[in-house]
Parts: sequence; C-alpha cells; structure tokens
Amino acid sequence: MKLKSNIATSENGFIFNPATGDSFSGNNMAAQLLEAMKSGKTDAEIRQEILNRFDVSENQFDRDWDNWMLQLKEANLLEI
Amino acid sequence: MANKYVNLCIAVTGLNANDNPGPGMAVIRSLKECFGDSLRIVGLSYESLEPGIYLREQVNKTYQIPYPTEGTAVLIERLAYINQRENLDLIIPNFDSELFNFIKIAPQLKQMGIATYLPTHQQLALRDKVHLKDFGTKHGFYVPADHKLYTADDLKKAADEFNFPMVIKGKFYEAYVVYTMDQALKAFHQLNAAWGVPVIAQQYIKGNEINIAALGDGKGSNISLVAMRKLYITDKGKAWAGVTIKDDKLTQLANSFAHATNWKGGYEMEIMSNAEGHLYILEINPRFPAWVYLTAAAGQNQPATLAKMAMGEAIEPYTDYQAGKLFVRYSWDHIADIADFQKISAFGEL
Repeated sequence: MKLKSNIATSENGFIFNPATGDSFSGNNMAAQLLEAMKSGKTDAEIRQEILNRFDVSENQFDRDWDNWMLQLKEANLLEI
Repeated sequence: MANKYVNLCIAVTGLNANDNPGPGMAVIRSLKECFGDSLRIVGLSYESLEPGIYLREQVNKTYQIPYPTEGTAVLIERLAYINQRENLDLIIPNFDSELFNFIKIAPQLKQMGIATYLPTHQQLALRDKVHLKDFGTKHGFYVPADHKLYTADDLKKAADEFNFPMVIKGKFYEAYVVYTMDQALKAFHQLNAAWGVPVIAQQYIKGNEINIAALGDGKGSNISLVAMRKLYITDKGKAWAGVTIKDDKLTQLANSFAHATNWKGGYEMEIMSNAEGHLYILEINPRFPAWVYLTAAAGQNQPATLAKMAMGEAIEPYTDYQAGKLFVRYSWDHIADIADFQKISAFGEL
C-alpha cells in the first residue's frame, strides 16, 4: 500500500492531508517510516532497514507494521 | 507604464467585524495588499457600532447608508451624495440582504462612473435558500432536503420527515441545529422575528464542513476558487479557524456551479462532506465570505481580482493556490473616542 502522493509530512512527524485538511502528529519513528514510504522504498525494503537498525524481532515488527498500516488506512492517507 | 490602479477609491460594506462578521474588513485587507497605500477606502455602514467605522487605518472615511428595506431611491440619493465627495471608482457590497438593491441600481451607478461586479437578479434568486433544493435537483447537486416554514405548525411536518437533529435557518442569515421540538419552535420564532418567513427547516447532514470562496466571470467559469476546511466553529456556526485544502472534487463542484449559473462576482459555497464522500451544498452565499483574506494569503487575491475585472481588465483564471494556509481569527478591543460615535450617529459620517 502506498502513501497518497499529495500527503505532506515534516521531519518531526507532522502529517497534513491537503485534500481533507486532516492533520496528525506522529513520533520520531513515524516520521522515519513516512520518509521511507515517500522516498518510494518498498514495504520489504523498509522492513529490512528497520530490522537492521533496531533491536526488534521479525514477529514484533510485522505486528507493528500491520498496526501502522491500519492507522494510515483509517486516517485516509493511503492510495485506494 | 503608468499604474492605472493608483489612487483608486473603493467603497465597501460589511464593516461589522463582530462574532458573526461581515466580509468587509477582510475585503479591505485584501484590496490594500494589492493596491497599496494610495488606495482610499470608503466604508458604507448601517449601524453606528460596526467596528470597521473606527478602524481608521483601514477605512479612510465611513458614511451611513439607508437600510435595504428603505428601497433603491434613497440608496441612490445617498450614494450620489457620497460620490460627489469621494469620486468612487467601485462599490463592493458584502451583505446578502443589500444585493438586490445594488444589482438594481448598478446601471445608474455605472452612469455615475462607479463600477460594480455583481450577479444578476436571476442568479441571485437561483441560489436563494428557498430555491436551493430545486436548484440542486435540476443540476444534479447534492442538497439536503428542506421544508419552508410559514407558521410554527409547519415544523411538525419537517420534524416527521427529518427527525432530530435538524437545522432551522433564517431567510438571510443564521442557522441553528435543533435537537427537540422546543428548540425548533424557539429557533423558528427567533428567525421569523429577525428575518421574516419563510424560515427553512433543513435535513441535518453529518460530516466535515468545507467552504469554497470563488469568483465567477459571468460566462460560466471561475476565475478563482479556494477551498477551506473549518477547524474551529463558533456557536453561530462561523469558522474561527480554518485551513486551505485542495481536492479535485471540490474544484469540480464549484466549476459545475459556475457553469450552471454563469455566476458573476464573488460567492461562497458552504459544503458538508459526509462519510461517503458526497459533497452536500448547504448554502451558496452571493458574496465573498468573511474569511476571504485567506484567498489572498493562499495566492489568489479574490477581492483585488474582482476589482480589476470590474474596471475592465481581462484576467486569466488562476490555476493553483497553496494548501495548508491556516487562518485563526481573533478579537481585539479597539479604542475610539465617544466623539467619533457621536459623529457617525448624528451626522452619518466619520
């Protein structure tokens, strides 16, 4: 699933949807994930990068990733 | 090349910058931003405590004008008097209730050398709250169902059809979301006393409130449009903060409206975007909104563009504006002398 192309994000995790006016605050990890998604990296590439950089199990990452995508979907930030 | 817009004199109504603000001060701010210090602003007021009268750095001189109910003869007489002193280039009326008269006298104003840029009476009537549902049905717009209320008894029919909550609206201004028949009755009597009948009962649509400020060229196109999502809404339903947004569906909606009506001049579409993404038109106001300065801040200065078009300049339609521009309204205790209040009250000029 891809982030909508018009979504504006900032380094500190602020997210603005210019089509709806919705805005969200994310933490540092959210900011990094958004930046990676916007740069065009695939889900697999992002997954591998996070697993390499942080002390997190694959299972834990997969659960968190599903939760992250669910939040993005609910916030109407993903391409349909 | 000489600047043809030096020393312009523009008259503006809607100086009531209160908790239910008229657009006048925002229009003036936009005009000043474009035309600079040489611009002379003449305020046209109805009441002595309209704040704009006392904001002398914004409004050079104010004249009281007769209420719309007094008709066009006294209005034109008053404007002729003002024009003798001020040599007006343009008048921008900003109240719904005065537009009928200003449209009627526009040819006489033109003869006096005063430009306007207004819709026709027919266009004005099309989007009237009383006709909005029929207009929507005819042109395929989503418009909430409504009932015209002439007596309090008519409320029952509306409540049976819409259930609660529903919206009770005045003919010109004001609207209340009501949750019980008691509240509905109170709103009906209040709005009947203020604006007369019909009072309108409208189906309540839940969703995000979005407004579009636009400028139609009178030939079926918009020269400018800027959409804004309300972020903070007062108990009168007015946006106290908002952010510009950009969505093709909103652009299409406003362009369809301009195409269907050949709208000429500024207007505002009040829209509710429901959970299914349908854009319901709640109202179409036949003049700029009070938040119109946001259009200038976002890159499309609608009041200044209207002024240029009114004075004959051919303007290319704007193609873009900045999404994410935020406005936050604030209140301010402006200090004036009681002598100023006396002057405007007694002599109708300040």
